Amino acid sequence: MAPTISEIFASMDYGPAPESAAPANAWLDQHARAFGHFIKGAWTKASKRSQFDVIDPATSTVLATVAQGSRGDVDAAVAAARTALPAWQKLPAHARAKHLYALARAVQRNARLLAVLESMDNGKSIRETRDIDIPLVARHLYHHAGWAQLLDSEFAGYHGAGVVGQIIPWNFPLLMLAWKIGPALAAGCTIVLKPAEFTPLSALAFAELAHEAGLPPGVLNIVTGDGATGAALVDHPGVDKIAFTGSTEVGRVIRKATAGSGKKLSLELGGKSPFIVFDDADLDSVVEGVVDAIWFNQGQVCCAGSRLLMQEGIADRLVEKLRARMEKLRVGSPLDKTIDMGAIVAPVQLDRIRSLVTQGTQHGATCWQPSWAVPNTGSFYPPTLFTNVAPSSMIAQVEIFGPVLVAMTFRTPDEAVALANNTPFGLAASIWSDNINLALDLAPKVKAGVVWVNCTNLFDAAAGFGGYRESGYGREGGREGMWEYLTPDWQRAQPRAGSGARAGAGAVVMAAKGTKRVPAKAAAPAPHTGAVDRTAKLYIGGKQARPDSGYSIRVVGARNTMVGEVGEGSRKDIRNAVEAARTVAGSWSRMSGHARGQILYYIAENLSARADEFAARLKSLTGKDGHAEVHASIARLFTYAAWADKWDGQVHQTPIRGVTLAMNEPVGVIGIAAADAHPLLGFITLVAPAIAMGNTVVAVPSEAHPLAVTDFYQVLETSDLPGGVVNIVTGRRDELAKVLAEHDDVDAIWYRGYADGVRACEIASTGNMKQSWCESFTRDLLKPEQGEGREYLRRATQIKNIWIPYGE
Amino acid sequence: MDAMRANLTLAGRDPVVAPRQHAIPGDHVARNPGLPLDLDLVLAQRVNRSAAERRAATIPTRRTVKKQWQAAWLLRAITMIDLTTLAGDDTEGNVRRLCAKAMRPLRPELEAQLGVEGLHITTGAVCVYHQLVPTAVEALGDSGIPVAAVSTGFPAGLSPFETRVAEIRASVAAGAKEIDIVITRGHVLRGDWDALYDEVRTFRDACGAAHMKAILGTGELATLTNVARASMVAMMAGADFIKTSTGKEPVNATLPVSLVMARMIRSYFEATGFAVGYKPAGGIRSAKNALEYLYLIKEELGDRWLRPDLFRFGASGLLTDIERQLEHFATGRYSATHRQPMV
Repeated sequence: MAPTISEIFASMDYGPAPESAAPANAWLDQHARAFGHFIKGAWTKASKRSQFDVIDPATSTVLATVAQGSRGDVDAAVAAARTALPAWQKLPAHARAKHLYALARAVQRNARLLAVLESMDNGKSIRETRDIDIPLVARHLYHHAGWAQLLDSEFAGYHGAGVVGQIIPWNFPLLMLAWKIGPALAAGCTIVLKPAEFTPLSALAFAELAHEAGLPPGVLNIVTGDGATGAALVDHPGVDKIAFTGSTEVGRVIRKATAGSGKKLSLELGGKSPFIVFDDADLDSVVEGVVDAIWFNQGQVCCAGSRLLMQEGIADRLVEKLRARMEKLRVGSPLDKTIDMGAIVAPVQLDRIRSLVTQGTQHGATCWQPSWAVPNTGSFYPPTLFTNVAPSSMIAQVEIFGPVLVAMTFRTPDEAVALANNTPFGLAASIWSDNINLALDLAPKVKAGVVWVNCTNLFDAAAGFGGYRESGYGREGGREGMWEYLTPDWQRAQPRAGSGARAGAGAVVMAAKGTKRVPAKAAAPAPHTGAVDRTAKLYIGGKQARPDSGYSIRVVGARNTMVGEVGEGSRKDIRNAVEAARTVAGSWSRMSGHARGQILYYIAENLSARADEFAARLKSLTGKDGHAEVHASIARLFTYAAWADKWDGQVHQTPIRGVTLAMNEPVGVIGIAAADAHPLLGFITLVAPAIAMGNTVVAVPSEAHPLAVTDFYQVLETSDLPGGVVNIVTGRRDELAKVLAEHDDVDAIWYRGYADGVRACEIASTGNMKQSWCESFTRDLLKPEQGEGREYLRRATQIKNIWIPYGE
Repeated sequence: MDAMRANLTLAGRDPVVAPRQHAIPGDHVARNPGLPLDLDLVLAQRVNRSAAERRAATIPTRRTVKKQWQAAWLLRAITMIDLTTLAGDDTEGNVRRLCAKAMRPLRPELEAQLGVEGLHITTGAVCVYHQLVPTAVEALGDSGIPVAAVSTGFPAGLSPFETRVAEIRASVAAGAKEIDIVITRGHVLRGDWDALYDEVRTFRDACGAAHMKAILGTGELATLTNVARASMVAMMAGADFIKTSTGKEPVNATLPVSLVMARMIRSYFEATGFAVGYKPAGGIRSAKNALEYLYLIKEELGDRWLRPDLFRFGASGLLTDIERQLEHFATGRYSATHRQPMV
């Protein structure tokens, strides 16, 4: 029986404050609680044969049934998107902007319906869907209406990537939809989107709203289903780009599946983000930060601050405060307006959380939970804190994706950084200190795509979101997010690898490759000139090194004469080169852009001094006059010397009192395999932007014509380039490239060569989910728009967004 | 023996130091005797403004009360109002009217509709200038409702120090049971914590048995860190309550300021075991806004601080809006201001 006013007057308890589910239920009833896919502006017929239930995790009741998308459904959706593409791309930018604006308005008009539906479907609290998810959805669509309007002027020379396949997770169903479709529609792409199987309803409701708002049929198609449906979309040859948000495990599968296909790919994956607290932080605010970090959305947040790193002196006090705060959290019906945490998305996720917590306890960590019990029907889990956690324990390493925080201590700022970075992930980090010097010193040192200073889990459409390392690549939001959906106009002429005649093209390439590996006896020895014999070596850590294998490869030049030998580099040489590159990576990246620019100018100067010699070498290798290539190489070095101190970041216009810095940071150690065409220029085209931006490289030169590059290390040696910044390993390029692509301490692989090499590198890149930029089509490197500039700089850097609220 | 016990304690020790638990006060709240000024503790207080504002902004979105819960909470709010008039044109007439309202804040038929006649709802106190203390004391008679007097050169607090101390004594002598003093804001802005401590300590001594509420004038303290440090010094100097504002500053009570002051009260309680009360004042006019303060206090300090001996609203118009909301709950119809007996 409900308590009387007098009783409540005495107890001052909270009561229930339910949000009505009636309008959402009415919407479901309108659709007879059975949904087909939304393709070409219409619902497909729901088939009894292949459907599954959508469950409310708070009540375990069935909300609706949706269709399990088959390959045929995906075919139909991709075909619809393909058909709609030309007209959509041809629309004036302003027209696409009006469509996005209409979508934003439609979301606002139906905000409460969407909020309630999302809460029922996902189990997250109505407070969050009402105050966070849905307003951010509208904000994202508005922001991208703006990019649509500005597309021609701000992204001149680029066009939409085409038909995009988007696969989104269950933790922020409609928000992830908005993050995906906003930039895609603004760029002029058409879409096939697959919502998560646990939470498809808001996407279906949105599709209907979008249709009513006048979005042309086929521009946005929704196909529901499980992983098999997603796989069909990923594999579909008619898709030009895949965007995925979800687990690192599935991201890895998708990278493998799309390897060699030429599809653009952006991945936003898992995390185990550090939440670093220094002893001078406002601890009461830190406590609320932790609430927002790990007890937001039941901890089912890819960027959740799930590893609490506390400076030793305040650790006990902070744990006390957290325990007291946990007591005050309220878990219950997601539609209750006065709860903090709702339900876990599904029983299977609840089981995973329980099992990891059990393991944590078994491994000796101390588990703290509040004294109160969670509802025993539905999928609920209480806020949980682990202390006495070793960095080596399972709960400190794996992404739990639940309301479970693990706490560890550190002694010094350096140790905090070391612990923070002691993870394969790199999505986000929070740093709490009232000392601006300390906080801003740490922000660049933490490997994460998003850093929040004295705040956490802030999101905005104007700021890019995305990870480092195994947290994926690509950004969503802001100017940086738009690039994921754009292709340079000059590339329009290039057939995408994997579309159509892949096998045929590959075969031709293989044959070409065969001709380059001419057996030595077929080549005539070069006439003896009387000069002293020269041995081309590898160049590792600033020193010329003999190949570990002790073998050499004969180099055949023009007119089938043997022009020399180079070392046959092996796995071990790559290992040594990567170690050298890693050793110097920190100091090279910290060097000022001006200083790096000076070195690049100096390299150009020294190359210029030996221009004739290099031109002659190129002629001996390729038979063509080499002067043009040498001069283009010098110019290219100048280009990146020029850029070295000019690739500025941005201050994003996010709605906080503060600044959000988008900083360009080097990717790290980049593995490079250069093309055969333009043996010197091809090498410099990739190496120069990489080192200009502060990366270090391990480069495998053209396999056919390596001698121009082995000559080049003498130029490097005389140009004040610190040893280890550029390492050169000659040999079987594709084999060495694969070793680089597999290497877990290499952060990116740039490959230029054959289609099968691209595929091999992209598959191998999944070990540590390194960024891959692999191409088998030929660029005209003498044309600036293909051979240099911002595209290269974007690849050589990754953007870290640092949120710094201020105000005293 | 002692060594053995120490060993046993260590061996069996909880891996995390158990919170230093002080018992939450029962019906009787022991008066805060104050502490010697501990500058380390004062200067250790710092508040990150953006983070505090974020927390304050989400308290009203994380919590709400509806239906009979809302009615009950609003009734509780009435019992914690210092029903106030602090105007230059105050006379015996309007102060008597105020006192009548304090004793009978709700119309009998509304009390009956709500079924709360037995609660004997009155406001927490009546708050007036010194000159009107005798009138209020007489009007309130044996109702048990205390009279609070604003004092010490209210609102600026810049009259001669001796005069300010004498003012407290005069109001206590006139029958005020509560004294709302104002601090010298300049001491805070200059970081002169010794001077602030001495001032408040002297006021407290002058109050004697009367309870002292220390008005910090938070709208004039510039930063939340100053608010935190001034709160801590006032409590060390023996304040029974800390209070935001006079109602005369350009900015009066706000949720972020209240969050900071509540956290300081919690810290002080954790350090000393003495529970100090909190009084937001100025600008709290709507029932909805009042509830937000109650959520904040419940969340940050706990239920014990939701009683008149540890919480007060400094307000005048708030009561009328609460009456309207209660009438809406009782009748299902939205009410009008003119239907409520005026203050």
